[in-house]
Amino acid sequence: ARYRKVDEDFFEELEEVLITADVGVMTVMDLIEELKFEVQRRNIKDTEEVKEVISEKLVDIYYGDDDQEIETLNIQKEGLSVVLVVGVNGVGKTTSIGKLAHKLKAEGKNVMLAAGDTFRAGAIEQLEVWGDRAGVDVIKQSAGSDPAAVIFDAIKAAKSRDVDVLLCDTAGRLQNKVNLMNELSKVKRVIEREIPGAPHEVLLVLDATTGQNALSQAKTFSEATDVSGIVLTKLDGTAKGGIVLAIRHELHIPVKFVGLGEKAEDLQKFDANAFVYGLFADILDESNED
Amino acid sequence: MAFEGLAERLQSTIKKITGKGKVSEQDVKEMTREIRLALLEADVNFKVVKDLIKRIKERAVGQEVMESLTPGQQVIKVVKEELTELMGGEQSKIAVSDRPPTVIMMVGLQGAGKTTTTGKLANLLRKKHNRSPLLVACDVYRPAAIKQLETLGGQLDMPVFSMGTEAKPVDIAKKAIEKAKEEHRDYVLIDTAGRLHVDTELMGELDEIKAAVKPDEIFLVVDAMTGQDAVNVAESFNDQLDVTGVVLTKLDGDTRGGAALSIRAVTGKAIKFAGMGEKLDQLEPFHPERMASRILGM
Ligand SMILES: Nc1nc2c(ncn2[C@@H]2O[C@H](COP(=O)(O)OP(=O)(O)OP(=O)(O)O)[C@@H](O)[C@H]2O)c(=O)[nH]1
Ligand SMILES: Nc1nc2c(ncn2[C@@H]2O[C@H](COP(=O)(O)OP(=O)(O)OP(=O)(O)O)[C@@H](O)[C@H]2O)c(=O)[nH]1
Ligand SMILES: [K+]
Ligand SMILES: [Mg+2]
Ligand SMILES: [Mg+2]
Repeated sequence: ARYRKVDEDFFEELEEVLITADVGVMTVMDLIEELKFEVQRRNIKDTEEVKEVISEKLVDIYYGDDDQEIETLNIQKEGLSVVLVVGVNGVGKTTSIGKLAHKLKAEGKNVMLAAGDTFRAGAIEQLEVWGDRAGVDVIKQSAGSDPAAVIFDAIKAAKSRDVDVLLCDTAGRLQNKVNLMNELSKVKRVIEREIPGAPHEVLLVLDATTGQNALSQAKTFSEATDVSGIVLTKLDGTAKGGIVLAIRHELHIPVKFVGLGEKAEDLQKFDANAFVYGLFADILDESNED
Repeated sequence: MAFEGLAERLQSTIKKITGKGKVSEQDVKEMTREIRLALLEADVNFKVVKDLIKRIKERAVGQEVMESLTPGQQVIKVVKEELTELMGGEQSKIAVSDRPPTVIMMVGLQGAGKTTTTGKLANLLRKKHNRSPLLVACDVYRPAAIKQLETLGGQLDMPVFSMGTEAKPVDIAKKAIEKAKEEHRDYVLIDTAGRLHVDTELMGELDEIKAAVKPDEIFLVVDAMTGQDAVNVAESFNDQLDVTGVVLTKLDGDTRGGAALSIRAVTGKAIKFAGMGEKLDQLEPFHPERMASRILGM
């Protein structure tokens, strides 16, 4: 049958599907409680109906009392906007900058990149390739130099070349490395000092493959740099990235973009409804097969 | 956050049970509930947790506990044993081919730490085993991947073989083996591009390289922060390539690292090394027992 019953089995399966999507066991257990209550209250009998309620509840968790309109990138109409990109190692910071450069350039913006990762082998050259691809300038110094100095230089260059958006790359760092987190705060302070109101965005890049540790990443990076948005990468695999639900719920940081591949075009605006649906869509496929 | 204190809760449940002269079904139920939460919160895969809890439950109400003079302690022992068993024994040996060069191939998802680990392994092979490895740049896709490996080679003062980004990875690998033979290098470490386990074309490319160079080791490199998806990734790579071992990277972070348990459970392959930092000397043998405690937050 196409419709299956909304019974204890169903809820157990839903729990499994959501935990497997990295939503987090406590969030899932709370959600299921509420769902059961709701299903009873509304006298819901089949999965077609319950699926709407699940979506509703998940979107509720995601938004909470937050304004739903903060998904867009905060780019000033006039003058230079600075975007600082941060995150742990290997999540996709440099690639996402390349994709953003491509996108902003296509929107007619004058874009510049700053090679603020002076640590990782080949990081500067990697950003330069992305700069070439997008056809935008990259400001760099030699490997090993002070990242704050690179960013300072880049801001100077951006001002003098009438740049609209400066995208700043930084080295990956694990959030429990205090020195490295302090270094990041310093980079942010340099930006603040040079341009009032900047950075206009601090984007935390999260790898969708990451489990519960992403919450700790979001917390600590926020403390160090006041993160304003998330780029959720690698959603083209089988990982669902369910942890961003808890991140938005607890820390009120919105996801702004999702990464769906390694090419310049593989960046999309985040769509909360489509995203939450993806978290539990599997259970509905299965139920249709029954 | 919601989970702070989970480890404490788990410990207090365990403490409660440890002193008991008799362990009731209710005690076991409470304890396994806490353990389940701790494991899920540590990113151990849902199904792996389910199976593990089932086994613990069976043993906890079984003879060994019931007939023990200290049933509480016996239950705790069961939990530790099951976890450690799942993690596997210590296994940091690297294969040595009797017909050199020994070939090691690194595979895994994007950004897992393959290139860095290639450099770390080369360093370890030279320092600890007095070997002379050749590093091979088979990632022709990621921007500046070759440059990254060359830079690491430079830091180690070790040769890196590359043929640019136009050559096919399988041809690069084959040529590299010839080169290593000519130069009497005893190890060849092949860095490959990151790829998704569901990308059939790129997974096929790894097959091709494997068939061409018959590696003695294929290391699956996995980020310790990986969540529930770790089983899908490990299973796919292992099914396709029959990997010989796993390297868990970024364990210098504060993740519980439950992925370790999941990977081991679904592949049966040993986790051989742990990446403990970005520097080239930060690769360590993997300690299953320590990992088991870390996952439980104890
Ligand atoms: N499949 C997929 N791969 C991605 C995506 N975004 C980035 N990658 C890949 O992930 C790997 C790491 O990306 P980088 O941009 O170098 O990550 P990073 O955060 O700058 O890394 P570090 O600077 O070393 O900390 C590369 O192989 C990228 O091609 C994505 O959305 N999907
Ligand atoms: N803290 C820490 N960082 C690591 C470790 N291993 C690798 N990294 C970092 O993780 C990031 C990705 O490492 P890479 O070696 O480039 O990963 P990869 O698997 O080769 O990436 P792709 O080639 O893009 O698929 C880099 O910033 C490394 O410095 C580790 O054990 N600890
Ligand atoms: K990763
Ligand atoms: Mg980078
Ligand atoms: Mg690499």
